[in-house]
Formats: sequence, C-alpha cells, structure tokens
Amino acid sequence: MLTVDGVSKRFGGLMAVDSATLSLQSGGITGLIGPNGAGKTTLFSMISGFVAPTDGRIRFEGADITAEEPHRRAERGIGRTFQIVQPFAGLTVCENIAVGAYLRHAKRADATAKAREVAHRVGLGAELDRPAGGLTVAGRKRLELARALATEPKLLLLDEVLAGLNPSEIRDIIPVIRGIRDEGVTILMIEHVMQAVMNLCERVYVLAQGRMIAEGPPAVVCADTRVIEAYLGHGAAARLKAEGAAHG
Amino acid sequence: MTARDLIPIAVLTVLAALLPLVVTSSPVLNFLVFMLIVALGAQGWNILGGFGGQFSFGHAAFFGTGAYVTAILQLRFGVNAWAGLVLATLAGAAVGWAIGFLSFRSGLRGSYFALVTLAFAEVFRILANAASVTGGAAGLLIKLDVHPANLQFGDRAVFYWLVLALVAAVLLLTRWIQRSRFGAQLVAVRENEDAAKALGVNSLTVKLRAIALSGGVTALSGCLYAQYFLYVDANIAYGSWISVELLLAPIIGGVGTVFGPVVGALTLHGLGEVAKQFAGRIPGIDLIVFGGVLVLAVAFARGGILGLLERVRDRGRGMMARGPKEVSHADR
Repeated sequence: MLTVDGVSKRFGGLMAVDSATLSLQSGGITGLIGPNGAGKTTLFSMISGFVAPTDGRIRFEGADITAEEPHRRAERGIGRTFQIVQPFAGLTVCENIAVGAYLRHAKRADATAKAREVAHRVGLGAELDRPAGGLTVAGRKRLELARALATEPKLLLLDEVLAGLNPSEIRDIIPVIRGIRDEGVTILMIEHVMQAVMNLCERVYVLAQGRMIAEGPPAVVCADTRVIEAYLGHGAAARLKAEGAAHG
Repeated sequence: MTARDLIPIAVLTVLAALLPLVVTSSPVLNFLVFMLIVALGAQGWNILGGFGGQFSFGHAAFFGTGAYVTAILQLRFGVNAWAGLVLATLAGAAVGWAIGFLSFRSGLRGSYFALVTLAFAEVFRILANAASVTGGAAGLLIKLDVHPANLQFGDRAVFYWLVLALVAAVLLLTRWIQRSRFGAQLVAVRENEDAAKALGVNSLTVKLRAIALSGGVTALSGCLYAQYFLYVDANIAYGSWISVELLLAPIIGGVGTVFGPVVGALTLHGLGEVAKQFAGRIPGIDLIVFGGVLVLAVAFARGGILGLLERVRDRGRGMMARGPKEVSHADR
C-alpha cells in the first residue's frame, strides 16, 4: 500500500533521514520506533507531504506521490496527527473535527454528523461544544486522532499520540486505536511507549540516526543487538547479556 | 442556513429600511449612506481578514479599483452605470485574486502580507495620480445626470436603500460562508494552516477564493462611493484613510463575525459625528475618537463589541467556563 524507497532528507549538513526504506501492506498496525532525533517525525512529514525529500521515492497504492501537496495526499487517503498538537483553538471540538469531515462530505449537516460520530468513537462525545483550546492534554491528543479519522483515511500516521498521557489514559486509548485498525484502516505509528508498541504493533521498523536499522515483529526487534545499542550505546547489548547470564 | 441564521439579518434590514421614512434631513441621510458604504467595504475586508486571518492593510487597492473602473467605463467608454457597478465588482475580484496569487503563492503571511497589500495600494495610488486615463491629480467627475438608469437618484433615500440592500446581501453571503464548507476551511486556515493542509484543505485555493470575494465586495463599495459623490481622485480612491477605515470597523465591531463590520462602522462613525457636533471646531476630532475607540477595543474587548456582548451574556448565564480567548467564533 505504501512504499518508501530510499528516501533521504538533508537539512544543511545534517542528514536527518538517510535512504530509509519502508513498505506497508494493507491493514494492521506498524510501529516506527527509534531514539530521540532519529528522524522519525521527518520521515512522517515526508510521507504526508510537509517536507520534500532530498532523494528517493514515495508510492501510495501504486501512484508516485513524492512531489504531491499535503492536501492531495489527504484526498488520496493519508491522514496524519501532529506530535505537537495543532488544534484550531478558536473553534469548538465539533467544528475542529468537522474540518476533517468536510473532506468527504460537502454538506454541513453531513460533516457535522460525521464529526459527532467520530467524536463519540474516540471518547470526546461529552466535549463536542467546548472550545478546543480548553481541552486537557489527553483531550487534545484525542482531538488530533478524531480530526484525522474524520477524513476517512486508508492510511493513518500517528505521531506519538500516547506521549504525555498517564497510564490510565493510555489504557483508555489503546482500544480506540485497535478499533480503528479493525475497521480496515492501516496504521503507522511513531511511539515511545514500549508497552503500547508491544501491545499494538504487528511489525516494527527501527530508525536510528536517520537509517533504518531493523524491522520485524516487536519481540524480535527488541532483542536485536543493533537496536539495543542504538538506544543504550555501544557495547550495551553484550553487557546486558552478561548481566543476564550472571543473574540467571 | 436555517431560519435562525436569517431572521436577525431580515429584521435589522427591515428596521434600517424604515429609517428614511422617519429621518428626512439630507445631512443625516448623507451620513447614513457614507456609513453604509464604509460598512460594505469593511464587510469585504472581514471575509479575508476576519474569517481568513489574512490582515490586509491595503484594501484601498480594491476600493479604489471599484471607484475608478466605474468612473472610467462611464466617462471614457460610455458604459451604463449599472453595468459599471457589475464590472467594477468583477475588476475588484480580479485584482484581489492577482494580489493573492502573487503573495500567497510565495507563502507570505501575517505582517509580510499586510505590508505587501499596503505597498500594492500605494503603487496604485501613485499610478492613478500620474496616469492620464484616471484624470491624474485632477481626478474624474462622473457626469451629473439624475436618472435611475444612470444610478443617480433625485431622492437620497433611494440610494440609501440600494446600499442597504447590498449590505444585506453581503450579510447573507457572510452567513453562508460561516455555515459552508468553504467557511470552515477558511477558518481552519486562519487557526492553523498546517493542520488544515493535513486535513485535505487546499489552503492556497481557499485563500485565493477569499481574497477574490473580499476584493469584489470592497470594490463594490468603492464603486458606490464614486457613484454617490460623483467624484474620484487618487487620494480618495487609493488613499490609506480607506484602508484604515475598512480594517478598523471589523476590529471594533467583532472580527470574523457576520455583523461585526456593520456594528463597527456604525459605532465609529456615530461617535465621530457626535464628537463633531460637540467639538466641531477642533479639526480631526473624529479621528481622535476613532483612535480612542480602537485603544479601548484592543484593551478591553478583544472580540470587538459583539465579542464583549457575548461575554457579558455568557457571564449573565453563569457560563464562565469559557475564557475570553476561548470564545467560539461560530455563534456570532
């Protein structure tokens, strides 16, 4: 469904993403993990069209979308959330979500109905008429999710929707994400909360210093020497193994 | 749009239409016509500045284009005044689209956009002052020929009703914008352009539509100005005074609201006239009042007069859950 082929992004002297390759089949949840500054969000921005790659190609459902504007990609069915939440602060929750719903519903009544339905699904049903600027952090994260969902995407890019939430809030939102997958939406999520990654993702890609260093089922990837060293530093994997043997 | 959306517009228009039956003095009617022309131009500004968040400091570019296009078409080409009205509006929309295309495509926002619009208005002013087709510094006099076919009426009240009808039409247009997909996308671009793009909003197209509509409405007001006073020169048509008037009225009345520009124009010019009555010997007293009202509005009524009224109403209902900055733009 989505093919990212050797995509690079250079910011001046910094290679933020270095010929990263990724491919998603339709359906399921795929994770994108990696240490801070690995280039995950830059990769997301290239897939959603906000940042133009220096090199490489991006294909969605067979079409080359490398040079397409963000709104065209949204029309094709790529939805995204922002790591730093971007609510339309002056509008109510319902109006915020309706902006997304207007993509596929031209009439106000239809868009509002869709917005209400989505709001109930992500647990914002009680906040519909509140100004978005007055929501809690958890509320704003749900709003990001709701707005993207209202565009009825085929592929949903979630950029740390769980960051900043407490454990009980995370517990509440995980079934929501699973529900979205069960409806047939393909999900690619950047996530630091490993408990959620292990829980939700069928496959995981690991990005470190702009390079894709591993891919596979989460349990396998987390035991990978290169992944452990990317997070914990050179030699950490051997040390952990030695400690494990000593305690075992 | 529902009945609830339309009734306030209908009631206010009918009440305002009854005014000339009570008031017959020419100075008062002159004042009302001028005030409504400013209100109409301000409604144009509000579409782009209020709903779209693109603050223009140079709406004189559209106002002047409307005034000059109708004057030149009538004088140099013998075009009928009513046709001139339509063509002037279209010319304003075209100029708006062109300025928008040049500035939005290069990604100008905020103060950069404001400065570019100001520059366009100034360039137009200087060109109009120099070119022969615009009559140069002497300006253009539209021939006095009182006949409804020439858009000149013996009774001032008729012109008042005409301007009022157009103001009402733009109130309806603004209400439609507020309730439509286009309006929702325009407001989304104002609030956060990147988030809007991610939701499939083509922000360039949306902004271009807004500036074309805005330019058209403001050009219509400039055309009416020329038609009412039968005279136009570069400093009237493209002067910065009108750019300032057109942005002050919505800011005082309530930016991004349907009635804000009209309320603001009425308040500003009403207070200005009262000040002139009491202290007419002090030159520029009305401008001093404008400045004072602006300071008060910025300091105490961020959402303009309508925003203030809404907050008072909310407080009355004990609904202080909404802070002043969180007041929704939707219901006003």
